[in-house]
Amino acid sequence: MTSIAKPRIEQHLLRNKLGLTVRDYEGGMSTLCAGCGHDSVTAAMVRAFYELNLEPHTAAKISGIGCSSKTTAYFLGQSHGVNAVHGRMPSVATGAAAANGQLHYIGVSGDGDSLSIGLGQFCHAIRRNVNMLYVLENNGVYGLTKGQFSAAADFGSKSKKGEPNPHTPIDPVKLAITLGATFVARSFSGDKSQLVPLIKAAVMHKGFALIDVISPCVTFNDHVGSTKSYAHTFEYYHPAIHADYIEPSAEIKAEYEKGAVMEVELHDGSKIALKKADDDLNPRDRGDVLAYLSRHEALNEVVTGLLFVDDEKLDMNGRNKLPDAPLNNLPYEKLTPGAAALAELQKDYC
Amino acid sequence: MNVVTEAVAGSRVNDFVIKIATVNGTGSASANTLLMKTIFRMGVPVVGKNLFPSNIQGLPTWYEIRVTKDAYQARTGAVDLAVAMNADTYAQDLEKTAPGGYLIYDSSWPRPQLLSRDDVNVIGVPLSAMVNERFDTARIRVLMKNMAYVGAVAALVNLDMEVIRGLVTETFGTKKHLIDGNMEAIDLGYRYVLENFTCPLPIRVEHSDKTDGYIMIDGNTAAGLGCVYAGATFGAWYPITPSTSLMDGYKMFCEKYRVDPETGEHNYCIIQAEDELASIGMVIGASWNGARAFTPTSGPGISLMSEFIGFAYYGEVPAVLFNVQRTGPSTGLPTRTQQSDILTCAYASHGDTKHILLFPSDPKECFEMAVEAFELAEWFQTPVFVVSDIDIGMNDWMVPKLEWDDNWQPNRGKVLSAEQLENIDKFYRYLDVDGDGVPYRTLPGEHPKGAYFTRGSGHDKFGLYTENSDKYKDVLDRIATKIDNAKSRVPAPIIKKAAKKTRWGVISVGSSNGATVEAIDRLATEDIHLDYLRVRGFPFSEDVDKFVDEHDAVFIVEQNRDGQLRSLILNETTAEKKKLKSVLWYSGKVPDCRFVVNGIKAHIAEESA
Repeated sequence: MTSIAKPRIEQHLLRNKLGLTVRDYEGGMSTLCAGCGHDSVTAAMVRAFYELNLEPHTAAKISGIGCSSKTTAYFLGQSHGVNAVHGRMPSVATGAAAANGQLHYIGVSGDGDSLSIGLGQFCHAIRRNVNMLYVLENNGVYGLTKGQFSAAADFGSKSKKGEPNPHTPIDPVKLAITLGATFVARSFSGDKSQLVPLIKAAVMHKGFALIDVISPCVTFNDHVGSTKSYAHTFEYYHPAIHADYIEPSAEIKAEYEKGAVMEVELHDGSKIALKKADDDLNPRDRGDVLAYLSRHEALNEVVTGLLFVDDEKLDMNGRNKLPDAPLNNLPYEKLTPGAAALAELQKDYC
Repeated sequence: MNVVTEAVAGSRVNDFVIKIATVNGTGSASANTLLMKTIFRMGVPVVGKNLFPSNIQGLPTWYEIRVTKDAYQARTGAVDLAVAMNADTYAQDLEKTAPGGYLIYDSSWPRPQLLSRDDVNVIGVPLSAMVNERFDTARIRVLMKNMAYVGAVAALVNLDMEVIRGLVTETFGTKKHLIDGNMEAIDLGYRYVLENFTCPLPIRVEHSDKTDGYIMIDGNTAAGLGCVYAGATFGAWYPITPSTSLMDGYKMFCEKYRVDPETGEHNYCIIQAEDELASIGMVIGASWNGARAFTPTSGPGISLMSEFIGFAYYGEVPAVLFNVQRTGPSTGLPTRTQQSDILTCAYASHGDTKHILLFPSDPKECFEMAVEAFELAEWFQTPVFVVSDIDIGMNDWMVPKLEWDDNWQPNRGKVLSAEQLENIDKFYRYLDVDGDGVPYRTLPGEHPKGAYFTRGSGHDKFGLYTENSDKYKDVLDRIATKIDNAKSRVPAPIIKKAAKKTRWGVISVGSSNGATVEAIDRLATEDIHLDYLRVRGFPFSEDVDKFVDEHDAVFIVEQNRDGQLRSLILNETTAEKKKLKSVLWYSGKVPDCRFVVNGIKAHIAEESA
């Protein structure tokens, strides 16, 4: 049962600028396994929306099929949600975004959902630069069907039964960068301090924002020999660029060393402050990022952070010249040519 | 088998068939349209059928123009005047010409003697020679040769040259050199024939007034226009023959009527999806979010969309799908027509599903049913299919002018506004508040109280996930009731009683109507009288049950191998199986009335044997 209501205990909780508590951003009780990485992502999502001071009903959640896709029921209970069919969350999000560009679209998917049947839709949502946050909760296995490798499983990574994966993986981060994605990040469910600000920046980015979150499966892929286990991820964790979201009026906090911070201005005047761990990485240069990823991959490292960002490109609705007013709510008078026009146009058909 | 023969006998004014054989990709379409429109403008009803290959350039293609003073809508199956412009099909074209008929060929090159026929009047016109002498480049020569055969046909069947000139002028507008060039080519053919043959032929066109108040339009364009008038703001599609021109039509009209003159903003959105899996997903996303959204496709697309169709049925998301049917299974004959997706559409997807279908029989109904499809989809919160086909979708049909009532407003169905949500205690998505099987829905972003979760997994009437059998069944049964209630809301069947009381009935659907109507007229002259019902919507109106009940035998005319409409009627009405007799056509070619005449006669003979 995925619809168990959480008890609401609100006393003494802090309130955000809207007077809402984190409870107002929660959803139903999770039915995932205890310790599942996905639940940490859910918690980060709740925290990010709370901190962004967004009204919960201005978000819309869309997911596909799989453990990760179930999580949209566990946060933002006051938002509409669609749990669609396998691998096809991106198309639903695309149609929804076109119908109303004023909502914050959150797509949640997994490696099974996004990188096999969903690979085409994943790529095409990137191409179109659909204005959405796309969280790919990546654990390298199919959980609901009991532990088969997914297309994200690393070459040689071992299954629970000890079989090594004979195939090379599809890396959603590198794929997204090559396809022209405008916001590409990788994170880890075990690092909330990195993930929460990343989600905030991704939500406010106007365009397609991918966060590939390594989110270990405690039941089927958390053993020795797996490259998607908690232990392996912690050991090889390499936070390359930390991103902070800064509201339009706020100042960048002084804790950064001068010169180490790179600012990216977003369409609404807010900013993303990027703090790099390494000098040889430029998050505005796709080739640079890909080369950096290859170098660190050779060391088995899990490179995380906001790896590429570009807030300049028009999003899908901009490319389609859509008005700011949602299409779903245009008065009929703006849509019908009327009887006189019908009579007139038929002169071409006589 | 008793074959109805078509012989050219004596003078046939405004009642004959011209068939033009050309090579695909030579630009003959505009010449053929010019011929057809000239006849239409002379006030004489016409039927135009394009028989084209799945090819861009080089394969044979035919265009058939039936001049029909009685305004029939089907082919006749006969050819009275063949225009044999394709050397590769010359033998075939000559063979298909009716005894006593005529054949025009390009006499610039010698014609093999063995292909002559004594009972066909062969008319040689040196089209290439004349055109090559007058025009320069290869491409222009090809195009002008088409215009030259227009002139030759015009002289032979008495077409009004002023009407032709008017149409050419409208086509090329201010480009005078194009008007002059085309008219010159037409004149070459016209004058040569006038000077060398006795004109006009006994088969000829004479001015009439039977096309006043009519237009010539194809079903896809009309359906695209219907989407504009319905207030559809979102269309997603993947290119597939023969539905592509539907989105082309929608786009053309949107560019004309939906672009804000001041801001340049588009009050519509069209997305060419990566495939049909995605196009239906986009439609569902947009519809869920409150836009009127649609996708045009054909059978293979419906197959790909099927999983999502079941999701929309069970999650109760509106969606409008146009299935312009083509010949299956698989790739089949992708440029030929069939009505072979009736069952696929009625029950698309896994699990227990049933969908609302609308069956237009001509482009006017494509326009009207496009509008109706959105009304039904939003009212019943479910996918609705407009089931058309290549014949309706891609051929130009003569239909009464389309009409619109400026007082019409879309009925967006049971959608709660922010104000309504503010004033209710709690909103439950799948609760049957009104007892009609249709629950209320809300749109994302409208109000915090409106939030609900749309899922394809088991849910109860409150919208919550459930694996409880009773709660699951409760929702599934309500949806069945909801869809059943649509039977009184879909367009009612058209029933035409025979002049004399009869124990026989005929049922047809969509583009089978033309051949069926003509067959019923023919059979009446042989004292076989038939009542007629044309199905226009599914779930079937109770009129269908009643119609079958009132007759001893009912002949079901449709264009597929397996009698899909018959199966659907058997499955969904009280009709007795032995009463329903199939009359089938599934060659992929647009049918003429002979298969109906012969099929019904065979059944009657069998019955009395």
